[in-house]
Amino acid sequence: MQAIYRNVFGGKSGLIGLLILAALIFVVMPLSMDIFRLNLVGKYLTYAFVAVGLVLIWGYGGILSLGQGVFFGLGGYCMAMFLKLEASDPQSTAIQSTPGIPDFMDWNQITELPFFWEPFHSLTFTLLAIIVVPSIFAYLIGVTMFKRRVSGVYFAIITQAVAAILTILIIGQQGFTGGVNGITDLKTLLGWDIRTDSAKYVLYYVNGALLLLCILIARLILATKFGRLLLAMRDKEDRVRFSGYDVANFKIFIFCVAAAFSAIGGAMFTLQVGFMSPSFVGIVPSIEMVIFAAVGGRLSLIGAVYGTLLVNWGKTTFSESFPELWLFLMGGLFIAVVMLFPNGLAGLYDKYAKRFIVSIRNMGSGFLDKRTFQKPAFMDRVLMQAKLQAIATWLGQIRPQRDDLKHKQPA
Amino acid sequence: MEGMSLSEWGSIIAMQGFAGISLFSVLLLMALGLAIIFGQMGVINMAHGEFMAIGAYTSYMIAMFVESYAGWFMDYYFFFAIVAAFFVAFLAGYAAEYLLIRHLYKRPLDTLLATWGLSLILQQILRSSFGAREVSPPLPEWLIGSIEIAEGLEIPINGLVVLGLTAAVTAGVFYLLFKSRWGLRVRATTQNRVMSGAVGINTQKVDRVTFALGCGIAGIAGAAFTTIASTGPTSGSLYIVDTFLVVVFGGAASLLGTIASAFSIAQAQSIMEFFMNGSMAKVLTLLTIIAILMFRPEGLFASKIRK
Repeated sequence: MQAIYRNVFGGKSGLIGLLILAALIFVVMPLSMDIFRLNLVGKYLTYAFVAVGLVLIWGYGGILSLGQGVFFGLGGYCMAMFLKLEASDPQSTAIQSTPGIPDFMDWNQITELPFFWEPFHSLTFTLLAIIVVPSIFAYLIGVTMFKRRVSGVYFAIITQAVAAILTILIIGQQGFTGGVNGITDLKTLLGWDIRTDSAKYVLYYVNGALLLLCILIARLILATKFGRLLLAMRDKEDRVRFSGYDVANFKIFIFCVAAAFSAIGGAMFTLQVGFMSPSFVGIVPSIEMVIFAAVGGRLSLIGAVYGTLLVNWGKTTFSESFPELWLFLMGGLFIAVVMLFPNGLAGLYDKYAKRFIVSIRNMGSGFLDKRTFQKPAFMDRVLMQAKLQAIATWLGQIRPQRDDLKHKQPA
Repeated sequence: MEGMSLSEWGSIIAMQGFAGISLFSVLLLMALGLAIIFGQMGVINMAHGEFMAIGAYTSYMIAMFVESYAGWFMDYYFFFAIVAAFFVAFLAGYAAEYLLIRHLYKRPLDTLLATWGLSLILQQILRSSFGAREVSPPLPEWLIGSIEIAEGLEIPINGLVVLGLTAAVTAGVFYLLFKSRWGLRVRATTQNRVMSGAVGINTQKVDRVTFALGCGIAGIAGAAFTTIASTGPTSGSLYIVDTFLVVVFGGAASLLGTIASAFSIAQAQSIMEFFMNGSMAKVLTLLTIIAILMFRPEGLFASKIRK
């Protein structure tokens, strides 16, 4: 029990952080917003799944993937395919030349459901596929890249290329995928209308619970020996390899976990927003998701959620009123987060807020701040420095005389 | 496709091949700058496409200026535009290195994010000053049209000019890197930064000029780009993934590799475009590159050094 408390919840401070986040998601947000805004927050929180995964692979593993949108998209498309099949039953698609297939297929003169769409009639298969398909895809990428010791910027560029490939493929094969528009007009989940307000509330809560679950799983992973090894691999990969560990397998595993998280986020996105399109798969969304994690703090799982919320809130607010300013801000954010505060919000919190909280707590407990005790010592040091300086100046003054003496010595 | 004579087939292959060569020259021009920056310095410059756009807009502005105030200069402005595009992009790159890149040499992954941010800002600056619409400058008359080499075999002049420009720039880069004192310093710094500093090379200055030169070449690419296609604020970013793959595929530290990979990628793409639609051709090309990179992670022309 103690071990679970320490490892999963991260001890007292970790638990408090988690509880605050839970309170924010489950109580504060629903109470303070109408359903439209709450749905928007729910959409942002689906990106947070990706950001949490990025904290695992990038912050702790040192693997920068610029293709996480691929997994987000795969999860989202799996969900969307199921919902689309449900929405295109023969009755409601009776006006089509081939009833019973999704409308965009009909528009593209496809008369039969493609074979890979067939299994998505089953919800069980779909739910499995949401996790399994992206994981297998991540496994394949991982095996091909990490086993060959491709890492660092090469890996980043190749994952970016993968994101580009998948986007081009989805847009190009519009008869099978819905093309640029994506899969739209999703209505019901097993007869339950997902567009009503009550459904949106339910989905929001499910989404929040899943996100917290993912954070807990991530914490569990990081608390084990594997988490230590992950850090070790980030800092000195060769030493881990020389110690007899198979570095590639660890990397593949964590990459798959991050992919699965992203895919859950993607599926929840589809459910809450009601469509899925290639604009959430490509290069731009993938790299934006990295910045969510970076703003939150690349080493903080909870920070990633706050970072995602903050950046997206900024994006919505600014792109509504000043769309031109937003790209400047976004670009500036990329630069600032790298140059000024590389540990993001979590780093700022550790640096400033924590100290503040500690000093307040001490003030409350005894009115004597730790630092008031340190002050005399500090003053001593200042005095000492002043004395040393005085001696130095004095020495400086007598040096010319010494030089004079030197010159006076007979040659 | 049946019923075509042998000569028709021949001219189709030749024209498709020339389309590939056109693509090759654009890819190579962009990749050269990137290869210098990435290969020699290990810096990922995601804003490379925007430096290209800067070059393209410089050329566009000069063309517009010449058209309205100095019509007689119209035939020759292009050469002037190339030089101007180089210098404008060079200066922009110099400033970017000084303000941003030099703080991040130790963190290559972070450079990637920071330069992405830079590219967003540059895109927005371009959009605010030139509008979101794509523009294309008026071309001098001698650049328009095509040469008919044989019957049914026409080769566009602008493609030829860009090809010639690419050859010239490539030769210039080779000369600079392998024959000049500056190139010697660059190569020394790449191989052993600390030792180069110890023998008196100003490595910071080398970095700055290398980065600026890479951006300058991107500017030339942009000026050349205006003769083939129209320019928009985001047209640079369309090519950035392809260009990176060219550099990675060729082997980061090898200029020869960059040339070879630009050629093979461009030819593969344009030949496949003949047999299937453009997007599938692109997907297949990219997949092939990734598959080959699986077997040769250091690229085609990997330098044989111990790491």
